Amino acid sequence: MVDAAIDATRAGANSRRQRRADFLFRGTTKFFALTVLLLLGAVMVALLIGGMPAFRAFGLPFLWTETWNPVKQVFGGAPAIYGTLVTSLIAMAIGVPLALGVAIFLTELCPPVLRRPIGILIELLAAIPSIIYGIWGLFVLAPFLQLTVEPFLKETLGSVPLAGVLFSGPPLGLGVLTAGFILAVMVLPFIAAVTRDVFQTVPSILRESAYGIGCTTAEVVREIVLPYTRVGVVGGVMLGLGRALGETMAVTFVIGNSHRISPSLLAPGTTISATLANEFSEAVGGLYTSSLIALGFILFVITFIVLAAAKLMLMRIEQRSAQ
Amino acid sequence: MSRYNRRRLTNLVILALSLGATGLGLLILFLIMGSLLAHGVPALSLGTFTQATPAPGNQGGLANAIYGSVAMTAVATLVGTPIGVLTGTYLAEYGRGSALAPVVRFVNDILLSAPSIVIGLFVYTVLVVPMGHFSAWAGSAALAILVVPVVVRTTEDMLNLVPAALREAAFALGAPGWTVVIKVIYRAAMQGMMTGVMLAVARIAGETAPLLFTALNNQFASTNMNGPMANLPVVIFQFAMSPYADWQRLAWGGALLITGTILVLNIVARLLANWSGDGNTR
Repeated sequence: MVDAAIDATRAGANSRRQRRADFLFRGTTKFFALTVLLLLGAVMVALLIGGMPAFRAFGLPFLWTETWNPVKQVFGGAPAIYGTLVTSLIAMAIGVPLALGVAIFLTELCPPVLRRPIGILIELLAAIPSIIYGIWGLFVLAPFLQLTVEPFLKETLGSVPLAGVLFSGPPLGLGVLTAGFILAVMVLPFIAAVTRDVFQTVPSILRESAYGIGCTTAEVVREIVLPYTRVGVVGGVMLGLGRALGETMAVTFVIGNSHRISPSLLAPGTTISATLANEFSEAVGGLYTSSLIALGFILFVITFIVLAAAKLMLMRIEQRSAQ
Repeated sequence: MSRYNRRRLTNLVILALSLGATGLGLLILFLIMGSLLAHGVPALSLGTFTQATPAPGNQGGLANAIYGSVAMTAVATLVGTPIGVLTGTYLAEYGRGSALAPVVRFVNDILLSAPSIVIGLFVYTVLVVPMGHFSAWAGSAALAILVVPVVVRTTEDMLNLVPAALREAAFALGAPGWTVVIKVIYRAAMQGMMTGVMLAVARIAGETAPLLFTALNNQFASTNMNGPMANLPVVIFQFAMSPYADWQRLAWGGALLITGTILVLNIVARLLANWSGDGNTR
């Protein structure tokens, strides 16, 4: 009788202790989930505060001022912002068709046995660190482009009115175009992987019906797969764009680092990330450092918007395929 | 040309182009690996692993940089993994139906792709400036911030793969929630979670940008985590951009070391994931 009562109290104490432990564990996981949330906010706020002196000193014109003069303490973000956008655009122009090609190959054309190995090899392109792309771009790709592709572009497109100015100037190998090429290779695996995955969400019945009425593979892709997965593909492209905008080391190696906006794609330029990588640890003076942090803030805001849009689009297609 | 033939031709052209795109992707991968092997293998010797980074024109290796990379990667992984695992646990186990979970998941996915150089800037403003000097601790902190989102993502995915029956069986035996998670669910998902950690290590092992203004670099061998420390990526950056042939040689050697390590980690992680019965490790 007494024993049973003691057992019951013990069991009660035990269950209370367990409940407390459970509450603690649950609380801990929630705490760290909140930490992740706060981290993003903290990055924004820290960069905004760090960039404040520059924003105060130069105001909005910081965005379109071309001067970057550490000696006179005059800083404008235009060349870096321009370079970031142009290199990413080139990367998208080359990388997106390639990535779509890879995705089409993997979902429609590839023998099933080879699907996984080829898919993994393409994904390994994403595993290679940025700095390796940089060193390869500097020593292998840049000389190759300088001797072959750039002279070819100059000869064929250099004399075309309007477009010719894009390919004017000496072929240096190091410049905006080379950076765009490298970025195209780097975003290819990301876009290809997402596109392949969303292609696979197309219900087989749609695909098979199209083949059944005599569509060719190309027609199935164009008329069925792409319209069905449009949102997801755009999401994948935006994800790649987000990566391209913030890519640092590969670009730093090959872009030539010049704070000048040149209409020619063969000319050296700079990007936000390359400017930071090159100048930050040597920046002296509060305004110089602050201008660099301000550039970082601008980069973070741009990539945040692009990545958030990408994520929202991909969520839409996930929801649809879950239904 | 008949309509039929035109359609067949278009089809052929498009399929050939997609084949070409895949071929080009693979070709670039092999070209990069080829140049790494061609330039990197001759640059590696025993001295690479035993001697510190040299002054230009002198004999030397990468020992201090290798040490720095390993030390900072280890600290970052040790700090970032628990945070990532607990956050992933919240998302998969406790966050269902809450308003917080979708927001955390969204933010985490953005952090996953956020530019690493911005994370470096952030750590510079919150750690390096108040401390007054560059340090390996700051470098580790920046890398840890990069580890978290990768681990969160894989942990959540892997915990979601654990069959509900396993959970219910444990609860039916009267096990409290936290015991179920730690002793049953973690154990079932262990392989997948290890995959996530390995992918995270692979991600940070080659990261250069966040170290540029946190750990900086150090010409000399140093084990002081409170001061600047050499690390492979930054040494490769500095040496490759230099005009000295022997520095460039060492940069290629370091590049081969890093890429080799990362590719091995990636491949092992994939095999582990396959082995545990699921191929979805992204």
